[in-house]
Amino acid sequence: MKIIETKNLVKRFNGIHAVDRLSIGIEKGQITGIIGPNGSGKTTLINLLSGVLEIDSGEIVVDGAEKITRILPHQVFFYGITRTFQNVRLFEQMTVLDNILVVVTERNVFSSLFEKHIEYHHKIAEEVLQKVGLWEKKNQLAVNLSYGQRKLLEIARTLAMKAEVYLFDEPFAGLFPEMRKIVSSIIQELKQENKTVVLIEHDIGLIRELCDHIFVMDEGKLLAEGKPESVLEKREVIEAYLGE
Amino acid sequence: MEYLIHLAILFAIYAILGVSLNLVVGYTGLLSVTHAAFYGVGAYTTAIFLTKSGVGFFSSLILGIAMAVAVSFLIGVVLSKFKGDYYALGTFGFNTIIFAVFLNWQNLTMGPLGIPGISKPELFGINFTNNFNFLVLALIFLVLIYFASRFVVNSSFGRALKAIREDETVIAVFGYNTLYFKLVIFVISAAMAAVAGSLFASYITFIDPSGFQVTESMFILAIIILGGLANLRGSILGALFLILLPEILRFVGFPSDIEAQMRQVVYGIILILLMLYRPQGLIGEYKL
Repeated sequence: MKIIETKNLVKRFNGIHAVDRLSIGIEKGQITGIIGPNGSGKTTLINLLSGVLEIDSGEIVVDGAEKITRILPHQVFFYGITRTFQNVRLFEQMTVLDNILVVVTERNVFSSLFEKHIEYHHKIAEEVLQKVGLWEKKNQLAVNLSYGQRKLLEIARTLAMKAEVYLFDEPFAGLFPEMRKIVSSIIQELKQENKTVVLIEHDIGLIRELCDHIFVMDEGKLLAEGKPESVLEKREVIEAYLGE
Repeated sequence: MEYLIHLAILFAIYAILGVSLNLVVGYTGLLSVTHAAFYGVGAYTTAIFLTKSGVGFFSSLILGIAMAVAVSFLIGVVLSKFKGDYYALGTFGFNTIIFAVFLNWQNLTMGPLGIPGISKPELFGINFTNNFNFLVLALIFLVLIYFASRFVVNSSFGRALKAIREDETVIAVFGYNTLYFKLVIFVISAAMAAVAGSLFASYITFIDPSGFQVTESMFILAIIILGGLANLRGSILGALFLILLPEILRFVGFPSDIEAQMRQVVYGIILILLMLYRPQGLIGEYKL
């Protein structure tokens, strides 16, 4: 079953097509990889799926029913979608703990003033911070974390959301092997929980190891799709992506 | 002694303005230079009701708050769609418009002539024409507003405000409709500024539009930047510093013909030095 589909999705920047009539379907409960050379439109696609950018034309279908031609960032949460960013975007001048608490507490203005579930929210925060090994640093400001820790905190923030679809934009970039293992196991655990993961990644080894299905993008278009082992052998993919 | 009480009353009024503006600028990261407008709305509403109708101070104070809530809601609906520099420019524009209303709606505000003869409060037989009593009243309001603000910033709502300050797009992706949060904190802050305005009008017993220009908003902004953004105690410290500093400089002994100008120069230099060497303010937690 497709949890997210794009139909003829288009996004232009100054007349240049960053995403060009892209139609893809992401299967529920799978790890889907999106690969392609720099500037191929991968991050733009994630930005469209998460409402960070407005769609120029085409539509996104969520859960086979809801057709969306305009999605606002705050609505993404209600579709069960969460994400990380290519360049880590934390709430820098807030503590590690507050970076998590803010995504689990009430969204309604009045309810957030008179929060009732403080203990439950702290429990979720502790659980996800323990998972990425940052619980001991809960009172530090996010800005004072190392690059790898910042990446892990961003991933922990998405886990706290308990979403259905996780859009990870280069979650392994710049991480030490130990941290890569943590991220890799988190992604595999999400799959075991029947969650959907969309993974933008340049490391072909990781793509082969983790992904059930991949899409290859080039100049905003879909170049190829299928199982990693078959797609990565295709000549056009090798030419476009590896430049060979 | 009367002089010290007078300074303490001014301090309490400006501390209320500082604490309330810090909610918008320090905690939410929205650079607002329209706070004097709501200070003025509170002052004018109180002054008009006290001089032209039979209501007492506390009723006119509530009416001042209600008026500030209504005006700030209308302004906030527009402003909440802006971010960064555009937000600051928008607030600048609104302060200018409201100042123009104070200046030109002569039937109601008496324009540049101002409104004289504003009465002082009286409650349960306590007469606030006595300045010491008025100081106690002003400090009670300061304490109430300080604790109300502390409640707001320590709640989940306050945490969301800080997240908006840090990255509005990201917190929106996590399900927050940031427009509502920006609007609500703007209205809360304006209501608190109106309290300061009502106290000011009643204390001085005369108001005119000159006290509610953009320059006054800049002064309130200086209080919170100097004291410390995203720190309520910083706003109080900033108010204390900026209210007392010009008074202290009176005793430095500048030649009488240039005394006023020299005070302004020293005042400016101290502010520049603080910004150079301590840009987060005296006890601030956040830099603009």
